[in-house]
Amino acid sequence: MKDSKEGKESLFQKVSSTQIWRSIFRTGGIPTTRRQRMMGVLNNVFLHLHPVRLPKHAVKVKYTWCMGGLSFFVFLILTITGILLMFYYRPTVEHAYMDMIDLGEQVPLGIMREIHRWGAHLMVITVWLHMFRVFLTGSYKPPREFNWAVGVILLTLTLLLSFTGYLLPWDQLAIWAITVGANMGRASPFLGYEGPGAALMQIGDVKLVHPGADASFILKAGRFVGEATLLRFYVLHCIGLPFIIMIFMAVHFWRVRKDGGISGPT
Amino acid sequence: MEIIKSFINYISRPTVLFTVVLATFFFVFPPNNWFMKVNRKLRIYKIWSNKGGIVIFSVLLAFFLFGGLTDHNFQLIIFKPDNVPIIGLIFGVTFFLWLGMKQALENDERIANNEPVDEYYDPEDKVLVWPDLIYVEFIALILCSVFLTIWGIVLKAPLEEPANLADSPNPSKAPWYFLGLQEMLVYYDPWLAGVVFPTLIIVGLMAIPYIDLNPKGSGYYSYAERKAEISIFMFGWLGMWVILIIIGTFLRGPNWNFFGPFQYWDSHLLPALTNVNLSEYVWVKWLEQGLPKNIIKREIFGFLLIGGYFAFLPPILTLTIFKKYFEKLGTARYSVFLVLVLSLAALPAKMYLRWLFNLKYLVAIPEYFFNI
Repeated sequence: MKDSKEGKESLFQKVSSTQIWRSIFRTGGIPTTRRQRMMGVLNNVFLHLHPVRLPKHAVKVKYTWCMGGLSFFVFLILTITGILLMFYYRPTVEHAYMDMIDLGEQVPLGIMREIHRWGAHLMVITVWLHMFRVFLTGSYKPPREFNWAVGVILLTLTLLLSFTGYLLPWDQLAIWAITVGANMGRASPFLGYEGPGAALMQIGDVKLVHPGADASFILKAGRFVGEATLLRFYVLHCIGLPFIIMIFMAVHFWRVRKDGGISGPT
Repeated sequence: MEIIKSFINYISRPTVLFTVVLATFFFVFPPNNWFMKVNRKLRIYKIWSNKGGIVIFSVLLAFFLFGGLTDHNFQLIIFKPDNVPIIGLIFGVTFFLWLGMKQALENDERIANNEPVDEYYDPEDKVLVWPDLIYVEFIALILCSVFLTIWGIVLKAPLEEPANLADSPNPSKAPWYFLGLQEMLVYYDPWLAGVVFPTLIIVGLMAIPYIDLNPKGSGYYSYAERKAEISIFMFGWLGMWVILIIIGTFLRGPNWNFFGPFQYWDSHLLPALTNVNLSEYVWVKWLEQGLPKNIIKREIFGFLLIGGYFAFLPPILTLTIFKKYFEKLGTARYSVFLVLVLSLAALPAKMYLRWLFNLKYLVAIPEYFFNI
């Protein structure tokens, strides 16, 4: 046994010294020296989101609660499960509901929808708790004011992502929850036909805001929640909002680094 | 048993629950030195200790076990699949509130003794991201994945009957994170509860770092250094947002009527609709005449009241309890702060007007969908 440790190279050491391995991982095998560990972070596109060194309190779960990182991780889980769900789900009134049933009963490993749905709830909760932690530690104070504002936008986008996804199962729960939500649009000041000021949005006799053209209509792509709404929410849920949230996430993470890394006492 | 249940049903009524919260809130989260003194004297801060944490959690757990094991109506609402995350939220928020406050109070003590805070280390003494942070992240990811997978296996995602526009369920509820807004609809019209207030919440949250000029308490848990900020935030977040979500999710049944946690959701329950507009109060009840034809004249008292709320209250507040802030913040910041605080207070204000006087609208102009 001793020989194998000292004399012979382990299998991993052998593999990690091959040309293929070294071409992929720029730093080589398991980093053991301080320099290698630093290079391991710097030389990796994913890890270099982090700084190389951190103050001690920053790695304590007691301080960070891990909620920001978990929010991002749950977002990744949601992206992966979401892509898997898109293979089977068709956003039409004819198929949507039956595809939901098939997702649970016909598809192997049929808990993707469960993980996606509970993950969505979890992400709202982790984002919320992240905001709470950042508030309690006063981490929004200068120079991090703007990143707090970006965080609020991310919270809003998280809620919108969850809301648009809520319609897709096309069951009673979905359609009526969205109806309740989307009907609020009708009451938008000036922009909803049942909102204050809507009567002012008029040029001569031509009404600009009416049941066929107002905030609620834009949201639902119709006067009622129907086929067009389903498609609209599907596109927003799978493409539109993830696209926007990724841009804001990039800004958020980048600003964490630029604003001096994780907050801490000075 | 039944007595306990009817007692809990009684205290969870929004009128009672909210009044209890309002009456105790600022002693638990003191916004200034006076409240802080009372908090110290009554030893309320002890709830943020280890013992206090055990007590809070035992009570919470006992409540859910008691209800979950003994009451059918309670089981129906807490085991509804989409409500399960909110049970998690209740425990999660309670735990992290306790954890954050505990660390804040410990740091307060250190600061008072002129010691560095718990988060403070020698700036030169840093750790490497690899392996110290990578491992923490890795373990967190694994735990989170395991947690989600088990949750996914144990609890099926809800799927009700196929969508049918001709058959609206009673109650129709928005997703849980919007139920706070839906609950506001009881007191305010949709243009306020569904559009203006959510916008103000988002803008208000974003405005926090630009209004809060206190340089202390950045990057570590503390309470004593940031009493007012934390108190106001907690009031908005816990006192309004979280509580309204809990009420909207668990305690609102058919026709959006209120039901206690152990009460049967009776869809035939018809509470008397006795809400009256301010204009009717003044013109019909007090002045004993018909409502004027002219809308402005009809609603003049409501306009005066709301105008007074936003015009006369600010100078009074500025000269009294907010004097310090006005001097510190300057006109622009202070104005934004005041508008946000007054809007935040507008919700409980309207709640009590409703509960005490059955007041429906202060200004009611349904002709132009302008009701406040």
